[in-house]
Amino acid sequence: MKTAEHPFRFVTAAYLTRICNQKARTLAELSRDLEACSDASIFYHTFQSLGRYHFLTEGFSNDFAQWVLASCNRAVLAEKLASLDIRDYLALAELRSDLRQLVDDYCRAHPQFAEQSAFEPFYFCEGIEVTVPLDREARTLEEFCEALRNMSNAAFQYHFIASRLRLHLRTNDFSHWIETELALPTLAKRANQIDIYTNTLDSGREKLLSLAERELAR
Amino acid sequence: MSTASPSTHVIRLDDYAPLLGAPEISQLRALASRLQGRTMQMVNSTAMGGGVAEILNRVVPILEELGLSVKWDVITGGNDFWEITKAFHNALHGGPYDMPPESFEIFLAYNEQNRARMQFEAEFILVHDPQPVALIKARHDHSGHWLWRCHIDLSQPNPEVWKFLEPYVSRYDGAVFSSPAFARQLPIPQYLSYPSIDPLSEKNRDLEPEFVRGVLERFNIDPQRTILTQISRFDRLKDPVGVVRAYQIVKRYFDCQLVLAGGGATDDPEGEAVLQEVHQVAGNDQDIHLLNLPPWSAIEINALQRGSTIIIQKSLREGFGLTVSEGLWKKKPMVASAVGGIPTQVIHRHTGLLAHSVEGTAYQVRFLLSNPALAQRLGEQGHEHVREHFLITSQVRRHLTACLHLKNKG
Repeated sequence: MKTAEHPFRFVTAAYLTRICNQKARTLAELSRDLEACSDASIFYHTFQSLGRYHFLTEGFSNDFAQWVLASCNRAVLAEKLASLDIRDYLALAELRSDLRQLVDDYCRAHPQFAEQSAFEPFYFCEGIEVTVPLDREARTLEEFCEALRNMSNAAFQYHFIASRLRLHLRTNDFSHWIETELALPTLAKRANQIDIYTNTLDSGREKLLSLAERELAR
Repeated sequence: MSTASPSTHVIRLDDYAPLLGAPEISQLRALASRLQGRTMQMVNSTAMGGGVAEILNRVVPILEELGLSVKWDVITGGNDFWEITKAFHNALHGGPYDMPPESFEIFLAYNEQNRARMQFEAEFILVHDPQPVALIKARHDHSGHWLWRCHIDLSQPNPEVWKFLEPYVSRYDGAVFSSPAFARQLPIPQYLSYPSIDPLSEKNRDLEPEFVRGVLERFNIDPQRTILTQISRFDRLKDPVGVVRAYQIVKRYFDCQLVLAGGGATDDPEGEAVLQEVHQVAGNDQDIHLLNLPPWSAIEINALQRGSTIIIQKSLREGFGLTVSEGLWKKKPMVASAVGGIPTQVIHRHTGLLAHSVEGTAYQVRFLLSNPALAQRLGEQGHEHVREHFLITSQVRRHLTACLHLKNKG
C-alpha cells in the first residue's frame, strides 16, 4: 500500500454563531435579505445547517427550506429550496443566486403569498469558524482508518462537508487526499458519493471507514 | 443503567463519554489545549437557585478540568437593589416599569460598590444578565475581553429601562443571546449561545423503569394508559388552563390522562390563583392530575417526564424553555407553542410539533397518538438534537470557541 508524500493532517473545527441584522418576515423580505446577507450567512444556513442537523436524514436540507415550510407553509417552494444540493456549487455566489432566483420566481407566480407574514421571522446568522489542528496525521490508508475511527463529528464535518468550498472542487478533503496522495481514484470517487443529505455524520463516517477497510482488505 | 438513589459521585468530563462518545470529549480537550492556563471570570447575581447559577455550577468545574483558570464572582446588594433588578427583569420582558426615577441611581451605586470590591484581571470576562451590567465601567483598567451574556428575552423591552441599560451593554466586546429572536440592534457583535441541561443531573439522568412506575403510582397515575404531561410552574404564561382545554378535546378521541406538574402555587399568590383556575376548568375529572411539587422534586419530575406518552409545553410566552430540552432528552414526542426559544428546540415535523392555539395543540397531540411510529421518530430525533446542541458539554464547547475567537482577534 502506498505511503503518502504529504500526510493527511487532521483538524477539528468549532463554530461561534453570530446573529446578523437581517430578519425576514415575508418571502419578499427573504429575497431582499438573500441579496444583502454575507457569504458567511449563506454558508451558515446551507453548508453548516447540514452539520448542525445531520441527525435529520428525512426532509431536512437547509434552513431556508425549513423556514419556508414550517413558518410560511409554502410546501412547493420549500421543496424546491430543499432540492438544491450544495455539492453542485463551487462558490457561494452561485448558491445565493439560485436561492434568490427560486424565491423570486415563486413570488412572481404567487404574488398573494409574497407579502404574507410568516408565523416566525427568519433570523440571518453566520458561523465564525475556529480551527484547531489535532495531534494526528496519516500517511497510509491504515493510519487514515485509525484516525477516522476516533474522529469527532466536528472534525468529520470540517473535512467532509465544509471543505467543499475551500477546495473549489466538487470534492472533499478526504477524497482529494486519497486520490492525489494514495493514488486510489476509485476509492476517492466512492467516498465522494456518500450522500451527506441522507446520512448522519456518524453513518457517513462509518460508510467511509467501511469503504477504506474494504480497500485495505483487497 | 442507574438507579434512583442520590449520587455522591463527583462528575468528571469523562463521565459524559458514554452519552456523547469519546471523540466528542477529545474535541473539547483539543479546543481547550489552546487555552491552557488562560483566565476566565464569570460574574452573576446568585450562587444558588435559578437557571444561570445551575448552569455555572456545572460549567465552571468542567472548564477548570479542561485547564482554564476560572473565577466565579457573585455580586451583592441590598433589598432595594434586588427589588429594582426584579422590576428591570419584568420590564425587559415587556412589562411596565413602576419604580421611581432614583431607582437608576440606586442600581448604579450598587454596581459601583461591587466594582470597587471586585478584581477584574481575567482575560475573558463573562457578565451574566442585567444586574451586574454596569461593571463594564471597570474595563479601562485592563485589556480583557468582556462579553455580556443575556439570558432573558429582549425582543420587546420596556423602552425606559432599555434606554438606561443600552449604553452599558454597548461598551462590551459582544453580547450573547439565547435566541436570535431575543437580540437587539446594537453597535457590538451579537452571538448566539443556548442554555443547557446536564444529562447527569437528578432531573435528567437515566432511571430504572420500576422507579418511574413507582413515582407514577405514588401520584395515582396509571402507567398503562396514555399520559399527557406539562411540567411548568402554575403561571398564566405557561397556559395550564389551555393545556386542560386541549386535553379535553383530545379526550373525545383517545382515552388519556393529563399531568400538570410544577411548583409556584405555595410561595406565589398568583400561582395559587392559577392553580384554582385550573381546578375549576378540570372539574371532577379523575384523569387530570394537578401536582404542586416542592422545589426538591427533580427526580420526581424526571420520572414523570420519562413515564409520559407525550409532553406538552403550551406556553404563551417563554424564555428559552429548557423543560422542552428535558423532555426531548428523554426521547419524548413533544407538542409545544411556537414562542420564545421553543422553535429552536422543536424543529417542526423533525424534533416535535409546533402549535399556535388550544385547538392546534389538541390536533397535534391527536396526530401523534394516531401515528406512534412518527411520535417515536420525533422523540429520537429530539434526543439527538439535544445531544448536539443543548447539553452542558455543548455549552462548554461554545465557551471555548468564543474564547478562541476573541483570542485570535487579539
